[in-house]
Amino acid sequence: MKIRVDAAKCQGHARCYGLVPELFDVDDYGLSSVIGDGTVPVELEERAKLAIANCPEYAIEEIAG
Amino acid sequence: MPRRAPVADWARDFDVLAPEYVDEPFGIWEALRATCPIAHTDRRGSNWLPTRYDDVTAIAHDIEHFSSRKIAVIPLEGAEPDDPLLPYGLPPISADPPLHTWTRRLLLPWFSHRRVEGYEQLTRDLCTGLIAGFIDQGRADAAAGYAQQIPVRVIAHILGVPADLSDTFTGWVRDTLEFADDPERRRRGSDALISYFSAEADRRQAIPGDDLLSELLHAEVDGVPIERSIALGAAALVLIAGIDTTWSAIGSSLWHLATHEEDRRRLVAEPQLMALAVEELLRAYSPVTMARVVTEDIEYEGCPMKAGDKVLMNFPAANRDPEVFESADRVILDRAHNRHVAFGSGIHRCAGSNLARMELRIALEEWLAAIPEFRLADGGDVTWAGGQVRGPRTLPLVFS
Ligand code: HEM
Ligand code: SF4
Repeated sequence: MKIRVDAAKCQGHARCYGLVPELFDVDDYGLSSVIGDGTVPVELEERAKLAIANCPEYAIEEIAG
Repeated sequence: MPRRAPVADWARDFDVLAPEYVDEPFGIWEALRATCPIAHTDRRGSNWLPTRYDDVTAIAHDIEHFSSRKIAVIPLEGAEPDDPLLPYGLPPISADPPLHTWTRRLLLPWFSHRRVEGYEQLTRDLCTGLIAGFIDQGRADAAAGYAQQIPVRVIAHILGVPADLSDTFTGWVRDTLEFADDPERRRRGSDALISYFSAEADRRQAIPGDDLLSELLHAEVDGVPIERSIALGAAALVLIAGIDTTWSAIGSSLWHLATHEEDRRRLVAEPQLMALAVEELLRAYSPVTMARVVTEDIEYEGCPMKAGDKVLMNFPAANRDPEVFESADRVILDRAHNRHVAFGSGIHRCAGSNLARMELRIALEEWLAAIPEFRLADGGDVTWAGGQVRGPRTLPLVFS
C-alpha cells in the first residue's frame, strides 16, 4: 500500500497525524505530508485506512505503487 | 430579553435563538434535512441555514460566492465592518484571500502540534488545581467552575496577558458572543476588549516580549511592517475564538458523560479511547456555527440567494447528517469513520484546533481520573447558550 497527501486539498486538520504519527508529519503551517515515499508498512495498513477515512478534506489518497 | 415570536415553520422562519433550538436542535435539523435541507428566515436579515454535510462543506469551499466579511451569526445592528479601530475586523476569520492567507500564516505556527505539546503541562496543572478546589465539596458547576476556567488561562499565557484577568476576559468574550439580543452589551464587550489590547500593544511597542501579541505587533510581511489594527484584530480573535468555543466543548462533553453512564464507565475503563472519543464528542456536540455573506445573486440547490444574504455555516448539523455518519445521533466513543467538521472546512479551518483538542482531552482525562463517578445534580438546572457558540453555561454535577 502506498499513500500521498494532496497539498492542494489539505487544510491542516491534523487528523492524520493524530491517528498515525508514524506515517504523517504536519508542518508549522498545518500542511501534512507522508513520511518517506508514502509506502505503508503492512502492520500500519489498517491505521492508514483509518487516516484516509477521517480526513475531512478528502486529501489523503491511496496510489498505485 | 425581548420576547420573540415562536417558530411555527422552521423551513421558512427559523430562529437560531429560539429556546427549543438552543436547548436541543438535533430533531429540528433532522426534520429540515428531510423536508427543506436549506431553510430560510427573514428574522435579523435574510438568512439561509443548510443542514446537510455536503451543502455546508461545499459552501465553505466556495469562497468566491460566500465571503467571510460578515461572520456574525447574529449581526450587530448598524455596526458591522466600518469600525474605526478595526477596519479589517478580526483577520483571518473575517477576511477573504489575499488578506486571509497571510494573516492566517502569522497565527498558525503558534498553534502547531509541536507548540501545543509545550502547553500541555500548564493545562494539566490548571485542571488539577481547579479540581482540588471543589472535589471535597462533592459537587461543582462543571461549566462555570471548571470548563470556563481552563482555555482562557492557556490563551492568556500564549498572548502574554495576565491570567488573573481571566474573569474579565471571559466577561468581555461572553458579552461579545452570547448576548445576541443585547447589542449594547455586545458593543461594550468588544470595545473593552479592543481598548485593553490597544493599551497592552502600546506597552509592547516599546518593550517587546516573546508572546504572541508582541510578535504580531512586530510582524513584517515581505519586509513591510503590518498595520497595527491587523495585529490587534488577530490578537483579539485568538481570545474571542479560543475560549467560549473550547469551554463549550469541554462542558458539553462533561454533560454527555454525566448523562450517559455507559459511555462514562467505558472511557474510565478504556482510557486509550480518549483520542477517538474527543473527536466523537466534538462531532456530536459541535459548538460553533459561523456565517458567510453571499457576494452576488446565485441559485444554490434551488435556493434563490441574493447578494448580501447570509448563510449560517451549520457545522454542528453537518456533523449529524446520517448520509455521512452512521447512527449520526448516537455517540459512539470509538467511531472509526469520522470526517467531522467541528473545526470548519476549507481555508478557514480552525487555526487553534490542535490547542482545542489538547485542552479538551486533558480536561476530560484529569476530570475522569479524579472524579470517575458523577451525575447531574437533582433539580439542578442545566442552561445552554446558543447562536454562534452552543454549550452549557451552568452544569451542576454531584459526585461522592
Ligand atoms: C473546541 C473548540 C473550537 C472550535 C469548535 C472551533 C471552531 C472553529 C471553526 C468552525 C472555525 C471556522 C470558522 C469559519 O469557517 O468561518 C474556526 C476558526 C478559527 N478558530 Fe477555532 N474553534 C475552537 C477553538 C479555537 C481555539 C482554542 C483557538 C485559539 C487559537 C481558535 C482560533 C481560531 C482562529 C484564529 C480561526 C480563524 C481561522 C481562519 O479564518 O483561517 N479556535 N474555529
Ligand atoms: S487530516 Fe487531511 S486535511 Fe488534515 S492534515 Fe491530514 S491530510 Fe491534511
